[in-house]
Amino acid sequence: MKIKKLPKMIISLNKDSIPVSKEQDAVFLKNRVREVAVKIKMGLVNQTRLITAASELVRNMLRYGNGGICLIEVVSSGRINGVRLTFSDKGPGIADISQAMRDGFSTGKSLGLGLPGAKRLVNEFDIKSKVGEGTTITILKWANG
Amino acid sequence: MDKIPILRMGAFLLVTIQVDLYDRLALNLEADLVQTVNKTNAKGVLIDISAVSIVDSFMGRIIGNIAGMSKILDAETVVVGMQPAVAITLIELGLPLKGVHTALDVEKGMSLLKSMIDLSDPDEDQEAPEDDNFAE
Amino acid sequence: MSTFGLIQLHKPGSYSLTFNLYPSLMSINTQQLLQKKKKNILELWMRNQLADEGLREDLISNEELRSQSEELITALVSNLTAENSVDLNSDEWSPVVEILGGIAITRARQGFSPRETGNFLFSLKEALLEVLQEEITNDPQALFNESIKINRIMDNLSVVTFETFIKGREEVILRQTDEITEISTPVIRLWDGILALPIIGTLDSARTQVVMENLLQEIVATGSSIAILDISGVPAVDSLVAQHLIKTVSATRLMGAECIISGIRPEIAQTVVHLGIDLSNIITKATLASALAYAFKSMRLEVRKINTVQKF
Repeated sequence: MKIKKLPKMIISLNKDSIPVSKEQDAVFLKNRVREVAVKIKMGLVNQTRLITAASELVRNMLRYGNGGICLIEVVSSGRINGVRLTFSDKGPGIADISQAMRDGFSTGKSLGLGLPGAKRLVNEFDIKSKVGEGTTITILKWANG
Repeated sequence: MDKIPILRMGAFLLVTIQVDLYDRLALNLEADLVQTVNKTNAKGVLIDISAVSIVDSFMGRIIGNIAGMSKILDAETVVVGMQPAVAITLIELGLPLKGVHTALDVEKGMSLLKSMIDLSDPDEDQEAPEDDNFAE
Repeated sequence: MSTFGLIQLHKPGSYSLTFNLYPSLMSINTQQLLQKKKKNILELWMRNQLADEGLREDLISNEELRSQSEELITALVSNLTAENSVDLNSDEWSPVVEILGGIAITRARQGFSPRETGNFLFSLKEALLEVLQEEITNDPQALFNESIKINRIMDNLSVVTFETFIKGREEVILRQTDEITEISTPVIRLWDGILALPIIGTLDSARTQVVMENLLQEIVATGSSIAILDISGVPAVDSLVAQHLIKTVSATRLMGAECIISGIRPEIAQTVVHLGIDLSNIITKATLASALAYAFKSMRLEVRKINTVQKF
């Protein structure tokens, strides 16, 4: 009897999953993300934000999670389209997520900008992690957002 | 193995990055460049990134490293030709590249370097710098 | 932190189970009846519409109105099957919703009022009910049940119509907003190597985005090493706007140019300090003139008054 409000829903239109196990895979992944972003007419600056965020996350996945899988989706909500990326690994997981999300924190020798920086570059950011089981990070960038 | 060429131009070294760097390649460049600065006794390093479409925190760190290491070896580093989209993304990422000099293009970068370095060769024309050292 | 409340939908109709609280509607008889009486309904409906005082013959011709009406009735009647519920999200309804949406959008653009658009559907409802009343004469209970069902469907369709109608209007507004954002950020070449960008009106995130991108693009295109952002026309600066300005300046520096902010009014200087915003890393000037003077100085240019009268 109810009429569902369509604009609130996000519909997945197109899926592609890419395994990442070595550094060259990251280059391929970034090119693939760019192709998808261009296809939905994402502006150059937003493309750059999205790919840079992807670059940060794929490096984390290679460095800390022993590689994993990245799912690329074109999503739609009402009149706008976007790209959603889901990075899943079966690595050691993150014990303290809020610590990992803080600027300048790193267990490795990096600047510690990867996770918080990636979050600032996209519209939606979600992280789930279980110690000993792995980490899943989902980011979403709207074409005009 | 891919390698980024390092060109020597008088007292300066010129590096033009034409491909999107992956981590290994960037690390090699850092090592090569520091070696070359030392070997050639270069006074300045010019890195042209006008063809680079993505600079993430790792690449940003490498650029910072190169500048820092060259500085210790008494050479200034200028990064030129950064794309607008890359500049916006780096700022949002939280990486303002403090301590790295920047210029719009190779020519302006060159005159910036000349203005910064007291060239011992008196024949070198000491033209007035068009750019001030803004990124400091 | 988790902002992902995303429902994944692969097939819009796949969740209609939730709505089957209402048993399958429309007895077979009513459907057949309505199908058989399609012509009557159309005639009644047209009569209702033409009798309406609000008929807009100036916006739509009677023939056009008739063909629109006929199309809608055909879709409506043929989609009234025993299986479908009144859930308008189900696949069976999509042709009707599509036609109705098309009509609503067209009307929104043509300048029909919401009332006129509403009456279009309400008069159809009346026609349907009238036919039912004529045909079901011996069973008041059945007449009541069927009328309720017709009502429900038509009400839902009305909601869809209005949603689409409003969406049509909103699209017009959004397009205009985009246009305004585009127009209002001109980048001016003040001098060889000096750009100026006067900002007029409130600065929000979306607009700063456009301003920043335009400015940086123009810096590359002209090879200018100095850009002046003039904010004389910005009514207020809060911490968010200040953050945007700082971001723009930092990005300009990364590209190898300098960005000066000018046109800072005393009230704005006051708010900036009261809010504790640190602008110390940014070159700020009170007026565009002093910013230009600064730019000349840093480019080692000089503006002088000519002392002697020269003959040309």
